[in-house]
Amino acid sequence: MSVTLQLGIIVGYLLLALVVGLIAYRLTDRTAEDFYLASRTLGTIVLLFTTFATLLSAFTFFAGPNIAYAQGPEWILVMGLMDGLIFAILWYVIGYKQWLLGQEYGYVTLGEMLGDRFASRRLRGLVAGISLLWLFPYVMLQQVGAGTALEALTEGTVPYAIGAGLITAFMILYVVVAGMRGIAWTDTLQGAFMLVTTWVALLWVLAAVGGPDAATAALASSEETAAFLSLGSAYYTPQWMLSTAITIGFGVAMFPQVNQRFFAAGSRTVLKRSFALWPILCVLLFVPSFMLGAWARGLDVAIPAGDNVLPVILAEYTPVWFAALVIAGAMAAMMSSSDSMLLSGSSYFTRDLYRPFVDQTLAARREDLLARVGVVIFATAAFGASLLNPATLFELGDAAFSGFAQLALPVLIALYWRKTTRAGITAGIVTSQLFYLSSLFLAAVPGSYAGWTAGIVGMGLGLVVTVVVSLVTTPAADERRAIYFDGLGAD
Amino acid sequence: MRRLERAGWLAVAIVLCGLAIPWFLWGSAAVVAGLPLWLWWHVGWMGLASVVFWIFTKRAWGIGVETDTTASSRGHGADHTTHSARGGERP
Repeated sequence: MSVTLQLGIIVGYLLLALVVGLIAYRLTDRTAEDFYLASRTLGTIVLLFTTFATLLSAFTFFAGPNIAYAQGPEWILVMGLMDGLIFAILWYVIGYKQWLLGQEYGYVTLGEMLGDRFASRRLRGLVAGISLLWLFPYVMLQQVGAGTALEALTEGTVPYAIGAGLITAFMILYVVVAGMRGIAWTDTLQGAFMLVTTWVALLWVLAAVGGPDAATAALASSEETAAFLSLGSAYYTPQWMLSTAITIGFGVAMFPQVNQRFFAAGSRTVLKRSFALWPILCVLLFVPSFMLGAWARGLDVAIPAGDNVLPVILAEYTPVWFAALVIAGAMAAMMSSSDSMLLSGSSYFTRDLYRPFVDQTLAARREDLLARVGVVIFATAAFGASLLNPATLFELGDAAFSGFAQLALPVLIALYWRKTTRAGITAGIVTSQLFYLSSLFLAAVPGSYAGWTAGIVGMGLGLVVTVVVSLVTTPAADERRAIYFDGLGAD
Repeated sequence: MRRLERAGWLAVAIVLCGLAIPWFLWGSAAVVAGLPLWLWWHVGWMGLASVVFWIFTKRAWGIGVETDTTASSRGHGADHTTHSARGGERP
């Protein structure tokens, strides 16, 4: 019963998304700017929720509550700091500047924005290449996640490969048809859906167990979880919490599918409203979903090894149809992040690699076609890799946030410091990427420095190298230093 | 004056981030109304952040980012057109 119901709800969601995509398709111009950025027309609610749904993926529902179950609810603080505050501030500092530059010069990708300022095709290709290196395994992780979830859900009736394949095929179809506009619309539905179901789930479970007092008392009375309520632990050290919040917060801002949304706002007002509402939106989602995970531990809900906490606690305290609905929402969350990643991955490939290095005279109409072909290639390749399950790719996917975070400071410096030179930013990006990659794969380079992660140390390294190399080099003659500083902001 | 205002908002941003985690409650297990006290602090602090952000959008939006504060600078300040004419890759 529950399997049929869950599958029914998932299929229902997919069909609904397809309808939204088809409506969006009818409103889409055949240009790359419209396909990638919905022609920079997103309104407040749509921008807010599409960024929200893209950012949060399945972590909020699966991995996050699992960690809260195992280690206590302090992750809420990390999430609040990284997403609610650091990302929001970067949304202004990096995002608003990018938006202004995008309005002025028509940029669609980060690489384009940097390549133009530093008059460097190589820098543009480098940024795109690094982004794709981290993005590709991350897309793969989503496919693996969806394939595994479908297999578990149907108790093996739909094998892993078929499940992952179906999700991939659907995403390709959807992204190719709908483009940014359709994705943003379904994300909006999805973001609202996630918020509502999480709160209903919280209230339902609390009503069943006698309120938050009883749930927390249960947590405090057990010997093994008594320390959950006190702030900090051997797992949650200050260094670890800060490292995690800072690297992920900065990493998110450089994630292609999130960074590209910086260009897509319809107006300044949209940006302002989204910015002010952002911290509240984050708290509204993180507190209930992570507290459910933590409370589950005190309520003696037995979690089979390898299982996710949230589905089990929902199955215990709420009706089957509701639990199914939340799980369908979580699956859809996974897809709503992946479809945006595919779209952005395709734009980086087309705009920053294919066009500058292969065919500089690409016409707009052909670029639109190539963009869609790019989605198919990118998704199919990630699917192929997800069937092979190479361990290296998994490590890359897991490390993606810190990998993207390495880009953030050189970009930030370039945006705000006139003296940044082409050599400086290139050296900063290359050094910190090499350092971070070696910390992952070379035993000689440690992953932790007095409690601080290699991710945050690498960010510092990128900062120092960018500044120092910029100071000792002179700008190349064709660099366009003024474009980030003059004439920005006038209506 | 503008510079001072910018420094002020930067300080506000640092304080907002710095106290999102209530360090002064480190190790405390005090529970208020069914939730740890440190969680209440965080929730309240994020609410405050939202209000501060809103005030920022009303009073100081553009500070530190927008460079074209006067109408006249638009006329002779924006030299990107001349630059693009003599070099630099187009997007």
